[in-house]
Amino acid sequence: MEEQLEGIVTRHRENEGNIISILQDIENEFGYLREDAIYWVSERLDIPPAKFYGVATFYAQFHLKPKGKNVITACCGTACHVKGSERLINSLVKELDIPPGEDTSEDLRFTVEKVNCVGACSIAPVIIVNKAVHGKVSPDKLMKEIKGLKAGASKN
Amino acid sequence: MGKDISIKVCMGTGGIAAGGVEVMSAFDTAFSAAGITASVEKNCSMHKVGCRGFCARDVLVDVSVNGSKATYEYIKADMVERIVQEHIVEGNPVNEWLVKDDYHTFHDKQVKVVLSDCGEVDPEEIDSYIGREGYEAIKKVLTSMSPEETTKVIEEAGLRGRGGGGFPTAVKWQMALRAPGPVKYLICNADEGDPGAFMDRSVVEGNPHALIEGMIIGAYAIGAPYGYVYIRAEYPLAVERLYRSLQQARERGFLGKNILGSGFDFDIKVKLGAGAFVCGEETALIASIEGKRGMPRAKPPFPVQRGLWGKPTIINNVETLANVPYIVRKGAAWYAGFGTDKSKGTKVFALTGKIQNSGLIEVPMGIPLKEIVYDIGGGIEGGRKLKAVQTGGPSGGCIPAAMVDTTMDYESLARVGSIMGSGGMVVLDETDCMVDVAKYFLHFTESESCGKCVPCRVGTKRLLEILNRITEGRGREGDMDLLAELSTDVKTSSLCGLGQGAPNPILSTLKHYRDEYEAHIYEKRCPAGVCKDLLTYSVLEEFCKGCMACIRVCPAGAIVGEKKQPHRIVQDICIKCGACFETCKFKAVKKG
Ligand SMILES: Cc1cc2nc3c(=O)[nH]c(=O)nc-3n(C[C@H](O)[C@H](O)[C@H](O)COP(=O)(O)O)c2cc1C
Ligand code: FES
Repeated sequence: MEEQLEGIVTRHRENEGNIISILQDIENEFGYLREDAIYWVSERLDIPPAKFYGVATFYAQFHLKPKGKNVITACCGTACHVKGSERLINSLVKELDIPPGEDTSEDLRFTVEKVNCVGACSIAPVIIVNKAVHGKVSPDKLMKEIKGLKAGASKN
Repeated sequence: MGKDISIKVCMGTGGIAAGGVEVMSAFDTAFSAAGITASVEKNCSMHKVGCRGFCARDVLVDVSVNGSKATYEYIKADMVERIVQEHIVEGNPVNEWLVKDDYHTFHDKQVKVVLSDCGEVDPEEIDSYIGREGYEAIKKVLTSMSPEETTKVIEEAGLRGRGGGGFPTAVKWQMALRAPGPVKYLICNADEGDPGAFMDRSVVEGNPHALIEGMIIGAYAIGAPYGYVYIRAEYPLAVERLYRSLQQARERGFLGKNILGSGFDFDIKVKLGAGAFVCGEETALIASIEGKRGMPRAKPPFPVQRGLWGKPTIINNVETLANVPYIVRKGAAWYAGFGTDKSKGTKVFALTGKIQNSGLIEVPMGIPLKEIVYDIGGGIEGGRKLKAVQTGGPSGGCIPAAMVDTTMDYESLARVGSIMGSGGMVVLDETDCMVDVAKYFLHFTESESCGKCVPCRVGTKRLLEILNRITEGRGREGDMDLLAELSTDVKTSSLCGLGQGAPNPILSTLKHYRDEYEAHIYEKRCPAGVCKDLLTYSVLEEFCKGCMACIRVCPAGAIVGEKKQPHRIVQDICIKCGACFETCKFKAVKKG
C-alpha cells in the first residue's frame, strides 16, 4: 500500500494537486477511500484527517466502504425518472439483496449506485453495468443481464 | 474499383451504448473480406464522429460513395456485411435500413452553429477540425485584433451566457480585461449538473476543439494566461477526448507559450468534478478547484474581482465558449441574424422524455415551443397527449400544454414562470403526475443542498416533506398555501442560485396544476396514476382470460386464481409495482 501512496504523494507535489485530486487518486488505486490510506497520507502531508473526511463526505463520488465486484449504476436523472428508473432500481435492489440503506450486497459481489444523470437522456432509462452503458432498459432486459452477471459471479 | 468511400459512425455515448464500436470493427472486417481495403487504399476512410443529435436512432452510419451520401439508422454489427456488399460493392443502397422522412423533419427546422461540426468532424483528430476551417478564428484574432476588438465582436453578436443565467458574455469579458494584475483565470464550466441535460457533454465529445479554440479567444480577450475546464467525472468519454484534444492543440502550438508567434501565452488544465450539483455555481466551483468542499459564498465580491486563488476569474459555460470561434469566423452580424431582438443566436436543447424523436437539437432563439415538440420532436410518444414541457431543470418550471405557443427566448420563458436554463427540455405526457415531478426536483435539490445556509438546507427539507405526505395520501388542508409561502421564503432568502431556484418547480406546478394537488390532498387520488400509495390495482373479471401471466410476474405473490378462471389481487399483499398492469395483454388490470 505504501508504495502506491508514495506515488500519489509524489504526483500531488509535482502537479500542485489538492485534497480532491489526492482522494480521487486513492479511490482509483484502491476502489474506495481506505481509512489507513487516508491516515497515512494525512500524516505524510501534515494535513489533519478531518480535512480529508470533510471533502470526502461532501462529494457523491467518494466511497468510504469497499465497492462490490460488479458495479451497476442507475441513472436517476429527470429523463430517466419519467421513463421509470425507480422501478428498475427497486428491482435491482431486490434481486441483488442489497440491504436497506446500503448500496453493496453483503458478499461484496454487487454494488448498486445511483447517479443524477449520465448524459445519455435520449436513450432513457439508462443503466451502466460495469462501465458499459445500456439504453432504453426494460425490466426484462435488465433482469436478463443481471441473471447473466450472477451466474458469472458465482463461477469466479 | 476506383471508388471514393467514406464511412462515418456515430460514436458518442449514445452511439457506443448502441454498439458503435462493434459496428466500426464490422466495417473493418467486411472491407478486408471484400478486398476493398486493398483495392482503394487511401480513398477508403472510416471515421468516428460525435453526436449528431438523434441518439435514439443509434447506431447512425453515413456511407458516402464518390461524394453521394446516405444515412442508415439502427445499425447493428450484423447488418454491416450486407451494407458493404450491396451498397458499396454493388452500388445499391439498402433502402429498408436508410433513415426515413422523420430523420429529415428532425433536422429541417434546426439551425446549427455550435453543433454545425458535431457529427461531421472526427473528435479525436485535430486535422479533421482544421479541415473545416477550425483554428482559423484564433489566427484571425491573434494576428489582426486587439482584446477590445475581440470582445466588441461578441458584444455585437449579442451572445448571452448559455449556462443558465443569460448574462451578456461581452460585459463579463470587459470587466475582466479591466481587472488589474497579470494573473487571471478563464474557467470553462462543464459541470452540467442539470439532470436530464447533455448539451455540453455532446459538444465536448463531438467537437472538443471548438471549445478549446473558444477558450483561447476568450482568454486573449480578457488577458488570462491560465485556463481550467471543470468537467464532471460522470462523462468519461468527454474527459478522455478533452485530454487528447488539449495535447494535440499543444503540439500544434495553439496552446502554450507564445501562441502562433503572437507573444500570447495560454494553457488549459482539466479538473474533474466529484459529483456535486452545487459545484456548477461559480463560487462553489472555484472552491472545488481549490480542493475544498464546494460551498458557495456570498457575492460580491464577484469572481471577476476575487476568484480562483483570489485572482480575477471569468467562468463561462461550454456552449457559450464553443459559439465563439464560429462568431469570430462568420461575423457578428451573421450570428445576430438568428433569434430575437433580445435573445440572439441559437440555443442547444436536450429534448427528452415522452417525445417521439428524442435527441439533441439546436434551434434559433424565439422558435415556438410547438414547433420543437411537434415538428422537430415528431409529437408525443405512443400518440398520447402532451401535458407539459419542463425547462430549466431543478431551478426551472413547467410550460403547460395550453401554452405551447410560447416562444423560446429568455423573456417569454420568464413570463410563463419558467426559465431557459442550460437547455434541458423534458416532455411530459398525460401519464406524468405534476406533483410527482415537483417532488422529484425537490428530492434532488434537498439532497444536493450544500447545507451552508439555513433557508436552503432546512427549507428544501420541509418542502419535500410536505410533497411526500401529499403524494402518500396524507395531505392536509392548507398544504398548498404552506407550500407557496415557504417556497417564497426559500427563494428570497437563500444564499445561492441552488436555493433561490429550488422552489420554482413547486411554484410553477402550483400555478398551472392546482387541480392535481387538490385531487391528491382532498380526494386521495393521483389522476395520472403515478403516486403509488394512492393507487389500487384490481382485476376486471369480464376481461380476464385467466392466462396466469400476471400471477407469474407478480413479485409479491399477491395474485390468486386458477387457469381460465378470473384472477384476483389480494390488496394486503400487493406492493403496487404495476408489473401485472404492464403484463396483461387483455387490459384486464385496472389502475386507479
Ligand atoms: C446551483 C447552480 C448550478 C449551476 N450549474 C451549472 C452548470 O452545470 N453548468 C453551467 O455552465 N452553469 C451552471 N450554473 C451557472 C453558473 O454558475 C454560471 O452562471 C455560468 O457557468 C456562467 O457561464 P455563462 O455566462 O457562459 O452562462 C449553475 C448555477 C447554479 C446556481
Ligand atoms: S436523465 Fe438519465 S441519462 Fe440523463
